[in-house]
Amino acid sequence: MSQRIRVLVAKPGLDGHDRGAKVIARGLRDAGMEVIYAGLRQSPEMIVNAALQEDVQVIGLSILSGAHNAIVPRVLGLLREKEMDDVAVIVGGTIPDGDAVELKKQGVAGVFQPGAPLEEIAGFIRRWIEGGR
Amino acid sequence: MSRFRTLGGLPLENHYGEPAPGEFPYVRGIHPGMYRDRLWTMRQFSGFASPEETNERYLYLLKQGQTGLSVAFDLPTLMGYDSDDGIALGEVGKCGVPVSSLEDMETVFRGIRLDEVSVSMTINSPANILWAMYLAVAEQQGVPWAAVQGTLQNDILKEYIAQKEFIYPPRPSMKLVTDVIEYSARHTPKYNPVSVSGYHIREAGSTAAQELAFTLRDGLEYVDWALERGLAVDEFAPRLSFFFNVHNDFFEEIAKYRAARVLWAETMRGRYGAREERSWKLRFHTQTAGCSLTWQQPYNNVVRTAIQALAGVLGGTQSLHTNSLDEAYALPGEEAVTLALRTQQIIAHESNVTAVADPLGGSHFVEELTRRLKEEAGAYIARIDAMGGMIPAIERGFPQAEIASASYRYQREIESGERIIVGVNGYAQAEERPLELLRIDEAAGERQVAKLARLRRERANGRVRAALDELKRAADEGRNTMPEVLEAVKAYATVGEICGGLREVYGSWTETAVL
Repeated sequence: MSQRIRVLVAKPGLDGHDRGAKVIARGLRDAGMEVIYAGLRQSPEMIVNAALQEDVQVIGLSILSGAHNAIVPRVLGLLREKEMDDVAVIVGGTIPDGDAVELKKQGVAGVFQPGAPLEEIAGFIRRWIEGGR
Repeated sequence: MSRFRTLGGLPLENHYGEPAPGEFPYVRGIHPGMYRDRLWTMRQFSGFASPEETNERYLYLLKQGQTGLSVAFDLPTLMGYDSDDGIALGEVGKCGVPVSSLEDMETVFRGIRLDEVSVSMTINSPANILWAMYLAVAEQQGVPWAAVQGTLQNDILKEYIAQKEFIYPPRPSMKLVTDVIEYSARHTPKYNPVSVSGYHIREAGSTAAQELAFTLRDGLEYVDWALERGLAVDEFAPRLSFFFNVHNDFFEEIAKYRAARVLWAETMRGRYGAREERSWKLRFHTQTAGCSLTWQQPYNNVVRTAIQALAGVLGGTQSLHTNSLDEAYALPGEEAVTLALRTQQIIAHESNVTAVADPLGGSHFVEELTRRLKEEAGAYIARIDAMGGMIPAIERGFPQAEIASASYRYQREIESGERIIVGVNGYAQAEERPLELLRIDEAAGERQVAKLARLRRERANGRVRAALDELKRAADEGRNTMPEVLEAVKAYATVGEICGGLREVYGSWTETAVL
């Protein structure tokens, strides 16, 4: 039996609109993954520390405030510093197409915009992990 | 001969059937003549980038025929941080206008007389501070406080329940809300010190009945606290206002507003013994459902918004915000916001739905839905009463869990295809026309930081320190803090400094997440 995929779901930044983050957390749990929901207003440092402690393979960040270009690169930088590059970072929220391309260039595994089905997100994570990335 | 006729010339009565609008418990509306006497206020929520750019947008909207203003603050301001706080990095001016000191507030309202336009301000945890700034600007303009009109959202309970923009723990937050209600009852008779909001509860994923129930129960909590403070119910209840969402289910939304009016009127008269008719009447603002807007095929959002806005009007709203087609992506651009305003103007002036009050009253379906929503909301309210009120209910995560379950259910219905969202899980298109989006100038944040540095250098810092010390003392002693907050803002103390001082006294709040 393969081990369950471990995912940390967090909301960085000052925004409190957590509907999306909670739905994703619940949906991934129903899809058979082990989900740690870190909750609101997590700093990049808090997120990376939690990812280390919880030994997750995936970090899911929910950002709706337009602050993604300031926040996501800091998470990626901290992961590199701690040699945790193997942890996949996926971002969900109102991320314009151009910014999504840029974030992926910087090392984000996947960006999911509004309307992305849960099934697609869960499938993406499974393929990413099975691909040994 | 009545000037109210159909397009074909048939004369129209004010309303059809009984009861008449304006009669207790106001199921058909709070005014006898409804929109014949006065249209709803067209009030588009806006604010972005900087006080200067926001001021320009306000002047533009007023020129386009908008009849009220509604201020959106950025996230650092909403959370009580200054633009130059490290935690604000990347968020200054993104979701609204940054206001860190009275100086910014002066800029926002440059050229706008505060006795000529009513202004709604969406601010909660630091509502006392932003309101004090607003009153200080009125004073500078020579506008007497008694003439100041508008609404402060100042609804902290729904923050713990849904939107999560809280600073202090619930009880001290409620104390600050009550300070504003009390001060407003004494000094600003035309101002609404609280806008009890279901909007955010609905956006977080609640059902219509949950939105109705939690909002009204929040309202009762404010009433209880104001009574406890020693105010008489008729001193403040007439100035409590409400704010609801209007989602996609056309008839359910209309029934929701009808049920809300009845529940509030009956409760205010029955449970609290309010004697003034104005205390019984539930006045409300409506905004179309942001959460119903789609990223895919964004022009469809114009149609959704029009249908929702019509439901708000048929439900008897007193003011309305229509969302712009690009708001699933970003803050609205000027063209999009103009189209959203035009949508309201078309309903108001072309559709003729304003001629007859509560046109759906008497429909078997709408009357039954009204009754059912009232019943379902009433049952929730009774459950929360049994928990000891809204604060214990929030502390045990009750409304939060109810909303999370409803929102997950809704998402599952979309995933399974049981519920079709046009352009998303039905009628999808591969190729889409890109939108021209509003981009917030990153330099706006830097300019804010520079302005604040200058302010901190140039103001009388001795006066600032003294005002902050006095405020902390007032908070510590449990006095009404509004006079001290006013002195602090007039000394150009910042939002961050004032919230920081109060945080020292009251502590801060971290929620236990409910999935």
